[in-house]
Amino acid sequence: MDALKLELKNKIITVLNLEDITLGDINDNDPLFGDGLGLDSIDALELIVILDKDYGIKLIDPKEGKVIFQSIESMAAYITANRTK
Amino acid sequence: MVKGVAITGMGIISSIGNSVEENYISLINNKAAITTIENISTVHANSIKVGEIKKTNAELIAQLQLDKESNFSRTALLGLIAVKEAVANAGITSINEYKTGLISATTVGGMDMTEKYYYDYFENPEVRKYIISHNCGDVAQKIASEIGLKGMVTTISTACSSAANAIMLGARLIKTGKLDRVIVGGTDALAKFTINGFKTLMILSDGYNKPFDDERKGLNLGEASAFLVLESDEIVKKENKKVLARVSGYGNANDAFHQTASSENGDGAYLAMKKAFNVAALDPSEIDYINVHGTATPNNDLSEGRAILRIYYEKSVPDFSSTKPFTGHTLAAAAAIEAVYSILAIQNNVVFPSLNFETPMQEFNLTPQTTLKHKNIEHVLSNSFGFGGNCSTLIFSKNK
Amino acid sequence: MRKTYINGTGCLSAQKTFDTVFLEDAEWNKNDNVLFLKKPVYKDFISPIASRRMANGIKNGIVASAYAMKEANVTNVDAIITGTGMGCIEDTEKFLKAIIDNNEEFLTPTAFIQSTHNTVGAQIALTMQCKGYNFTYVNGAISFESGLLDAKMQIEENEANSILVGGVDENGDHILSLFKLAGYIKEDRKEPYQLLNETTKGYIHGEGACFFVLENEKKESTYAQLVDLEIKNVLQEDEIETEIIDFLKLNNLEISDIDAIILGFNGDVEFDSYYKNLAENAFANTPQIYYKHLCGEYNTASAFGLWTGSKIIKTQTIPELIKSNSIERPAYNTILLYNQLNGKDHSFTLISK
Repeated sequence: MDALKLELKNKIITVLNLEDITLGDINDNDPLFGDGLGLDSIDALELIVILDKDYGIKLIDPKEGKVIFQSIESMAAYITANRTK
Repeated sequence: MVKGVAITGMGIISSIGNSVEENYISLINNKAAITTIENISTVHANSIKVGEIKKTNAELIAQLQLDKESNFSRTALLGLIAVKEAVANAGITSINEYKTGLISATTVGGMDMTEKYYYDYFENPEVRKYIISHNCGDVAQKIASEIGLKGMVTTISTACSSAANAIMLGARLIKTGKLDRVIVGGTDALAKFTINGFKTLMILSDGYNKPFDDERKGLNLGEASAFLVLESDEIVKKENKKVLARVSGYGNANDAFHQTASSENGDGAYLAMKKAFNVAALDPSEIDYINVHGTATPNNDLSEGRAILRIYYEKSVPDFSSTKPFTGHTLAAAAAIEAVYSILAIQNNVVFPSLNFETPMQEFNLTPQTTLKHKNIEHVLSNSFGFGGNCSTLIFSKNK
Repeated sequence: MRKTYINGTGCLSAQKTFDTVFLEDAEWNKNDNVLFLKKPVYKDFISPIASRRMANGIKNGIVASAYAMKEANVTNVDAIITGTGMGCIEDTEKFLKAIIDNNEEFLTPTAFIQSTHNTVGAQIALTMQCKGYNFTYVNGAISFESGLLDAKMQIEENEANSILVGGVDENGDHILSLFKLAGYIKEDRKEPYQLLNETTKGYIHGEGACFFVLENEKKESTYAQLVDLEIKNVLQEDEIETEIIDFLKLNNLEISDIDAIILGFNGDVEFDSYYKNLAENAFANTPQIYYKHLCGEYNTASAFGLWTGSKIIKTQTIPELIKSNSIERPAYNTILLYNQLNGKDHSFTLISK
């Protein structure tokens, strides 16, 4: 689980091009959207593609992302439970 | 009341018809044309439906009697068909007799060829003629050249509001006397590029689009082209021209909220409508029909609905409908085909139905007109909004 | 009718054209057939969180407009009008390539969003929270001039007092290779590229972002008055001179009244004759200026030309590097610009002190 969380943090920084953010800036339970890391709806769509491409999880409705992408913790838990690769 | 700029001709090709008449017949007979894609090979063919014109490029080239060696993109082919119909409809025989311009609109330009030959260009010299066709301006250049127009030719690209802005600019050019006559409209062909683009935004419906419905799931893309001929009152008088309707109001504003999404309260949409009413010197209560942008994405319809309710604060909202269930969302052409539909509504005194509507949205009390309705129509308001917060409103009025 | 003044400029190009006076640091790169923009420090203008999804064209547009607004001493405008030939072509290519290479799978929206032509104007509006009129013109070499014409019309008609208008285009790898393939860009070669005396097909390509603040009032920062502008889709070589004479006549001017002419020579032997005819005949006794050896040819390169003209009127000097003849005038009060690309999209722009 911890390895997955680290992997996700690295992915988020690279894919979302968060140049000035370091791994230490993202805590497992920090909100990724809004007041936390400040991600927005387009970032959510990018995260949906990460789920699909890297973990074989297909989301049909972008609204599902709201719960899954609350934090690194929730994302890792969802991936662990649903991954197909 | 401000008189507005005379519209003396129109032309259109869309999935529901190859001429103004065919489009009208489809609209009054609930004949939508949202189908499985045939002309483009895409992995999404089974999961999406589109408003596709069921003619191949070869058929369009033959219809236009173009040289087989020509390098028209599909966008330019569709554009030329609509322009030719509009010019003929306006009874124009000598295109450069007056100071005439062409204002086109497109978002994809020649993308259909670019995506087809992306790597082939390096292997196959025969297809290299299409490299230059990628440029959006090439579409207008080709159309102008085919109809022999020499003058001001330009192109606007403001995503899904593009053609509204072309019509707006044209009306302003006539009003200020910079041009005596101007052909305005937009054209966009379906492309893998836009299909996949909208797919990544997760706003494509897997079924038929349902504007202003609580269960709406997104849009169907479409392809189309439509153009209007606008002429100065001097020409209208001198040549005793038939005026189809008038462009009486227009407004453009930016939502300045988000790259793709519209703001919660539809600030940009509200401002665009307000400006249009000011230009037309009309009160919102004088509008008989609103042809809404109504793409059926969760975001657009909520934002647009709220903006309309802000305009009609404590007053009743006029009959409104989205014609996108008929044609799909035709991007840069959308405002032009909906301009043609607005003019048809005025000419025939009808409100076209908003198809596929079942359940009103929870957020507000707005129900579109779901059946064809006959009533006197003096003024129609047409909205078009695009990515990048580009919001435009046009008002069309009966010629008095 | 109200007059239109150029009150601020911001120019990013293959030369150092920001934080400078007038081309004092410019260097003519004769070795390359493609010129690349000299990047500013983006972080000084755009926060990293905002810029992380921005294409180069967007960033350049935002920075160039920030310079223009600062010079004109305005914090917001009534309208934003952008011209771009190809839009953010790098992201367009990125998305296209992903579609083809991944067979339409695992695509992300960011590149698609940047690929829409209006994204530059939209992001400028978003950055400064400008809810006013926002247009993007995309018609080849008159993309920028369409915007100028629109802006001028709005100021004249009292629809706006202050408008930001600019031209922006960026280089993209794939389109550059295609342009080379199709012969639009000059072939790679060892011998230096000489813009004025070229005997080969193709031009030197470039990129840039150049924005202007146009206002209805003359003020301390004013560069010049934008007097008139004309756009024509097609003109034969032998029609240009008559066209110019008629255009000047509309403004009560004659060729002899023009203190300098700025021509869009781009090194393409096939179409430079449009300019050459004017230079050798009608304007033989007029100071002549060229500039595309410094910025390269691109759909909105003529915005760099207008920047050059504006600078000449304001500074009353013409740097040696852009003179194509040795004729001088005691004062440079009225300047004419003429541009076309591949014999299409002709524009005539008249500015004065």
